[in-house]
Amino acid sequence: MFETNRRRLLAGAAALGATSFVGLPARAAIGEKKDKVKAAFVYVGPVGDYGYSFAHDQGRKFLEEKLGDKVETSFVENVAEGPDAERVIRQLAQGGNDIVFTTSFGFMNPTLKVAKQFPDVAFDHATGYKTAGNMGAYNSRFYQGRAVLGTIAGMMSKAGQGGYIASFPIPEVVMGINAFTLAARAKNPDFVTKVVWVNSWYDPAKEADAAKALLSQGVDVISQHTDSPAPLQAAEEAGVIAFGQAWDMSSFAPKAHMTAIVDHWGPYYVDEVEKMLAGEWKPRDIWWGMEEDILEMAPFNDAMPEDVKKAAQEMVDRTKAGAYDVFTGPIKNQAGEEKVADGEKIPDADLLKMDWYVEGVQS
Amino acid sequence: MSLDLLVAILMTIAGAATPLLIAGLGELVVEKSGVLNLGVEGMMLIGAVTGFAVATSTGLPVLGALAAMGAAALAAAIFAVLVLTLMANQVATGLALTIFGTGVSALIGAPFVGITTPTLGPIFPDFLTSSPLLRLVFGHSPLVYLGLLLTLAVWWFLNRARAGLILRAVGESDSAAHAIGYPVLKVRYLAVLFGGAMAGLAGSYYSLVLTPMWAERLTAGRGWIAIALVVFASWRPGRMLAGAYLFGLVMTMELQAKAAGFNMVAPEVLAALPYIATIAVLAIISAARRGGTAAPACLGKPFRAAA
Amino acid sequence: MMMLAAPVIAVALTLLVGAVLFTLLGHDGFGAILEIFVRPLFNPYRWQDLLVKAAPLAIIAIGLAIGFRANVWNIGAEGQYILGGLAGTGIALATLDMAGPWILPLMLVFGILGGMAWAAIPALLRTTLGVNEILSSLMLNYVAIQLLYFLMRGPWMDPEGFNFPQTAMFSADQTLPMVVPGTLIHLGVPLAAAVALTAFAVMARTVTGFQMKVVGLAPKAAAFGGFGAASTVWIALMAGGGLAGFAGILEAAGPFGQMVPQFPTGYGYTAIIVAFLGRLNPLGILLAAMVLALTYVGGESAQTTIGLPAAATGVFQAMMLFFLLATDILVRYRLVSGRAAPAGVPAGKSEGEAAPSGKGKAVAA
Repeated sequence: MFETNRRRLLAGAAALGATSFVGLPARAAIGEKKDKVKAAFVYVGPVGDYGYSFAHDQGRKFLEEKLGDKVETSFVENVAEGPDAERVIRQLAQGGNDIVFTTSFGFMNPTLKVAKQFPDVAFDHATGYKTAGNMGAYNSRFYQGRAVLGTIAGMMSKAGQGGYIASFPIPEVVMGINAFTLAARAKNPDFVTKVVWVNSWYDPAKEADAAKALLSQGVDVISQHTDSPAPLQAAEEAGVIAFGQAWDMSSFAPKAHMTAIVDHWGPYYVDEVEKMLAGEWKPRDIWWGMEEDILEMAPFNDAMPEDVKKAAQEMVDRTKAGAYDVFTGPIKNQAGEEKVADGEKIPDADLLKMDWYVEGVQS
Repeated sequence: MSLDLLVAILMTIAGAATPLLIAGLGELVVEKSGVLNLGVEGMMLIGAVTGFAVATSTGLPVLGALAAMGAAALAAAIFAVLVLTLMANQVATGLALTIFGTGVSALIGAPFVGITTPTLGPIFPDFLTSSPLLRLVFGHSPLVYLGLLLTLAVWWFLNRARAGLILRAVGESDSAAHAIGYPVLKVRYLAVLFGGAMAGLAGSYYSLVLTPMWAERLTAGRGWIAIALVVFASWRPGRMLAGAYLFGLVMTMELQAKAAGFNMVAPEVLAALPYIATIAVLAIISAARRGGTAAPACLGKPFRAAA
Repeated sequence: MMMLAAPVIAVALTLLVGAVLFTLLGHDGFGAILEIFVRPLFNPYRWQDLLVKAAPLAIIAIGLAIGFRANVWNIGAEGQYILGGLAGTGIALATLDMAGPWILPLMLVFGILGGMAWAAIPALLRTTLGVNEILSSLMLNYVAIQLLYFLMRGPWMDPEGFNFPQTAMFSADQTLPMVVPGTLIHLGVPLAAAVALTAFAVMARTVTGFQMKVVGLAPKAAAFGGFGAASTVWIALMAGGGLAGFAGILEAAGPFGQMVPQFPTGYGYTAIIVAFLGRLNPLGILLAAMVLALTYVGGESAQTTIGLPAAATGVFQAMMLFFLLATDILVRYRLVSGRAAPAGVPAGKSEGEAAPSGKGKAVAA
């Protein structure tokens, strides 16, 4: 999908060298029909994080449930991004797996290296931008869910201020902040999103304190792009609304939890393995979302007013129908300059390297 | 700045400082006896998971906190046997204890992921927390008051109690203390167990008060900050209190500043600040004492009674 | 013989207790032992994994052991490893568009210097002000991590990396060559062995090696012998920092091939365990690094084959160290009862094989 420059190619070639592995366990080639597929998953966190890695593991379980004895799965958790990941991925490839899903951005280069060494094994890497003859890329349009949250926030916030607990300023997070803010301002043009960076994906105590800091500054909505339910608990205690991350977290905050963006990777995993079974697997570079059912909203809280529920559901329906895209102009940046003209959409390639904020974001 | 905001900020500071203070005071007593236990993070995690498991199973968070202390003290006992009786290296044993605690807590905690627990919340009746100022006084978790009382108790123990003076003597010169007839190993055993119990209690503060849940690595490295704070406090309970609350203040103000839209300092500089400050304090104290340090003289060195 | 017996007993006890413990916890205890400690040894594909994983651990541990023998407790190897990686990366980024066989050696040299520079801070504080190096070196680990984050997020971010915090990939001239074609065994692996042999020879045959041992065993005698306390501290920390930095740039220029925020994975701490498991002997450390690597590699297979959680690996590592530290005393008691140890010299040290118990109270302080 993306062009690699000369320097990268040279580096890649050097790193890969002329590595080859002989005498591997017999395995049907990618293009052949199979009776059973062995699929393996590599997670960056523990499956017990109740966040990002947990959601991927739920996807794995969904796959087992749907395909029964046609699939055999295994996973390795807590894998550090780097040489450790490369070793684990290689081990899985050597272990007779037909397809290996590597679920974190930092696994991209390790996956690519191993993919070159094992042309008979299929690889799928999440949230990255490199692909190969036997390595696909997949990602979820998380921002579609952020837009739904923004709609709810814009309608329900009395203060007109939302707090946003963010991890690191990578494009995915920036995209989420912008989608949330654009949707909220569509409902309340004066809405402001206050962003606090905690510089960590997972630090419950700090996330909770960040939520408290935002609450004391007068926000009455908490949104988060970090992995722990701690901000939700802080919102519950303060009696304001908040949203779950990666999975339905309502058990942690039954009153505050309005809905959650649920990473529902299962259907994609099923699709890939079914293609594998049929001998039709080819590396894809997909960026799916609500339309393809890999992104869902958790059930709306009963406390949500009817009009808000209706507006949120309408946005989900329109997104699913392909009739709505939050990144449609006119969009202004923080300085109030028009970045996207009326009716224009931000192309995917630009979204994937987004590093600027829309009007209304205070960061 | 409104009164409400001020009170909210002050309460957040107390919340962030309390577990560091409790774990730090425990480690301070351990180090005063001449033992360096780098396993604080591991013991905190064991405390956090035990507290959570017991609180959710029984519905009694107080029981959870007590169990947390017991379980972490048990982990500390492993450390004590190794470094005191078997004279193993303290640095290595402490690191092993942290690795052990991280792993064991994850194993024990697996069935408790994704649920919440009754918390160890404010204990005073509602009418006492109706106004912001009253809330500032009466609105905390009991552990916050306990942290303050503990500071006083540890200060009194180390400076006024006979047993505390013996503990300090043991930490400053084990061989001299032994010659006088003080039970060096017994003192150190008790100190290490106390340190473990406090680390466990601090861990349960995370799983029962601040973020009432269990997830792997819940304490996210706070045990190491507690160890740094002991050094920053130059082994004095009063300074430990000041250090823990100062740390809470800096962290809270950073988040407040960001929430208010100020991003003047690179976040990495702020994150590194407590550690740089600790090194600076170490250097300044050492310089002021012309080559001496405030550290207990026997810190980290095994004791072996001459036969 | 007991010197060798202790680690063997420790590993055996770990296997036994581990099997029982994990069975009680509802896992397949025996299977866990088999998958973690045995299977990888019989799978030739795992051998290269073991070597690649063990190399940095061994290099760092050897440097630390030199200091530990002299009672200098550098626990800042994690930070020194990061700084080594960063210093070498600095050279790599400055030479991205250049070519030549001189680039990689220059990176390695800067890696060593970077680690040394970071270790020079605790050395300076200890020798001029008497600051405890355990505490200062530990604090610097956290500072190093933040420095890494800062450089990745800002100045050193790959302009073509889609705004992800990481540097550009290193070029061919900046990447470690593979020494065995068709495998993953890069130059760092034989270098680790070379470092071990050199350290062994230095410790056994040179005056400096003698100084490091004697200071640890009998500080008063060392002072009489004219070995300065300050020079010992400097030698210990420069060896530890330099080798940690070396390991850092070897990892960056080898398996990573770039610098990323996830670069530090706790090698600096694990290496302390390796150093003790190897009984502070460079050759023993090589073996210990392999055993530790085995727990990682085997632990990963056990996850896929029998569904053992990742946390089990840590429990096994901790148990192994607990048992080793516990069995150490057996070694010492035997020697004490066997021959009367002279007062002031910790028992079991006559051959300089055992860990310094630190009975002799350190240098400076």
